[in-house]
Amino acid sequence: MRSYSIAIMVRNEYGVLNRVTSMFRRRQFNITGLTVSETETEELSRITVQFMGEDRAEHQLVAQLAKLPDVISFKEFDPDDSISCELLLIKVANHEETRSQVLDAAAAFHAKVVDYTRDSIVFRLAGQSRRVDNFIDLMRDFEILEVCRTGIISLERGKTVMRRNVATVQ
Amino acid sequence: MTGRNGAQVLVQTLIDQGIDTVFGYPGGTVLDIYDALYDRADEIHHIETTHEQHACHAADGYSRATGKTGVVIATSGPGATNLVTGIATAYLDSIPLVAITGNVSNAMIGTDAFQELDITGVTLPITKHNYFVRDGSRLQEIVREAFELANSGRKGPVLVDIPKDVQASPCPYEKLPAVGEPSRAPASDDELERAAAAINASKRPFIYFGGGTVSSDAGAEVVALAEKIGAPLGCSLMGVSAIPTDTPGFLGMQGMHGHYAATKAMNRTDCLIALGCRFNDRSTGNRLTFPANGTVVHVDIDSSELSKTLDDQVEVHGDIKASLARLIDMVEKSERPQWRAKVEELVATERELADRREGILTPRTVMETINRLREPEMRVVTDVGQHQMWAAQYLSFSRPRTFVTSGGLGTMGFGMGASVGSALSTGEQTILITGDGSFAMDMAELVTAADHELPITVVLLNNGVLGMVRQMQSLFMDKRYSQTTLDRKVDYVRVAQAMGAEGRRVETPEEFEAALAEALATKGPALIECPIDADELVLPALQIGASMDELIVDQEDIKARMGE
Repeated sequence: MRSYSIAIMVRNEYGVLNRVTSMFRRRQFNITGLTVSETETEELSRITVQFMGEDRAEHQLVAQLAKLPDVISFKEFDPDDSISCELLLIKVANHEETRSQVLDAAAAFHAKVVDYTRDSIVFRLAGQSRRVDNFIDLMRDFEILEVCRTGIISLERGKTVMRRNVATVQ
Repeated sequence: MTGRNGAQVLVQTLIDQGIDTVFGYPGGTVLDIYDALYDRADEIHHIETTHEQHACHAADGYSRATGKTGVVIATSGPGATNLVTGIATAYLDSIPLVAITGNVSNAMIGTDAFQELDITGVTLPITKHNYFVRDGSRLQEIVREAFELANSGRKGPVLVDIPKDVQASPCPYEKLPAVGEPSRAPASDDELERAAAAINASKRPFIYFGGGTVSSDAGAEVVALAEKIGAPLGCSLMGVSAIPTDTPGFLGMQGMHGHYAATKAMNRTDCLIALGCRFNDRSTGNRLTFPANGTVVHVDIDSSELSKTLDDQVEVHGDIKASLARLIDMVEKSERPQWRAKVEELVATERELADRREGILTPRTVMETINRLREPEMRVVTDVGQHQMWAAQYLSFSRPRTFVTSGGLGTMGFGMGASVGSALSTGEQTILITGDGSFAMDMAELVTAADHELPITVVLLNNGVLGMVRQMQSLFMDKRYSQTTLDRKVDYVRVAQAMGAEGRRVETPEEFEAALAEALATKGPALIECPIDADELVLPALQIGASMDELIVDQEDIKARMGE
């Protein structure tokens, strides 16, 4: 099993996310992360999906994606040739006896305090998934109240543009 | 009225597309569509069935028999859900179908209005694509796109859901030529060269073809390839009529209930050439032990089928007809006499295993009588169960699209609707082979067949049981016949007569022959009830999930399993 990151450009139409995720569900692909957003044009949305599986499953996922009429193009990202990051919001209990340790750890990770109350602190952290994982792991030593992460978004390095990769697999 | 409303644009677009027959059932949210059809009745023939499911199977049968796209219309809510089994049946067998449903007006969508149903949500996993037409500006474009999608690449069903207000409001329309068949490209040279190399290196090549060869109309190319490389051939259920049954080297259907020689030869090949088929579990048995040895060369129009369930050593992605036309020139001519001799031995063993009972109604005597009396190109439709397997095993075909059967989904209740579609498509005789289980699900369609005087001969094999399931209970469940004994009190002959069809019951092969000759000469539908024994088995057989080596063929083995 390995982890794959695939970016998908889809027609920005009613129900399109449902079509893509319905295919994942029906074929029982093991999706570990999913982000959806609008893009530089109104007609297209961009989906980034992380998935765990064997090569054959990856081949299936890509071939099944290619068959969806709403899918304009897609690309599997090679970690060496792409930039990926994820955004984390984490709410930690603000106890006097752990406060300085919590703030030190956050500083080491360059996590930004975006909310501070008598009882809680919310940090924002953007970065590679591994770094996000590590920060959450560190916070487990204290009292985590809530965690929310966006899932990975990716862009290729250089001037390559997804929209020019239309229909890489037929 | 100057402009057209949505319903009129829809009907005009169907006419532009060359559609002259549609199947369906009216209702509240398709009032406008039926109103538009009322004006164009001379150009579009609408066949009203007794149930939307049968209408969908009829559109599917129409498509299977002709290669044209089937069209079915249903109202919202229950009308739409009644299509679901029919759409799924077409989806699993890659049959081009456009299903049109009405829905409540846009203003009422999402309010659980009367007969409102999210049919695009329901049919998402069983259509190639579906559309909810929110406003009429794109209606014509969407309907044209639906036909294009249904027919492109791997064919299949597409659904268009049109709310009532869109049907009733003015919609733009532009006179456009019919959407043509997309060009069908062969696989890349690189892939074809690798395929040729694998075939040339093979000592025991075997060709296994499926429904894709029918939709690509590639029968002649398949036969030419087999001839050139000296390969025997076998097919999946969906491939049965793709090439003439008497083609030299053709061993018939393979798999769980396939011909002995076809299944065994396929397991002994060192190069399995799979054409337009998808290695269904009924074809392969346990996939961990399949193929027994050798490489797999897989040609398919749908790249998602390549290496889906097996690791194909050579993936060939392209249209079968176009790809084979190239491949035939790239492979070396070879007779492979040793392999052919080995295959002949398997055929001889199959002959020894054959059922030789004469003088009584058995599945074989019934099918052989049908072979004798029907013109070889006459279409045969089946329902699902033992009768379907016997038909696939024993009947002879000389032309593609003359065997109409539900393969992938295995839909009991498919037969009567599909027969209506098949008989209407050509106006020629269609034989439906069915069983008492399946027929009870679809016999209401005799009503439609009788109303339209359709030339359908129904051969009803009545064993009083759900034979296929009973057979599995006999062989694998210690003869515990849970819910498979029907013995219903139905008088099928009188049912047929009450619905406006002819009906006869026969007891002997001679009576069957006479009744069949008479039925085939009848203008409208005629039913022949043939009683057969409840313990007739489809052989060979295989336990679900077992390896193809464990094929059950001989009577001694069966008696031992059944504790006799």
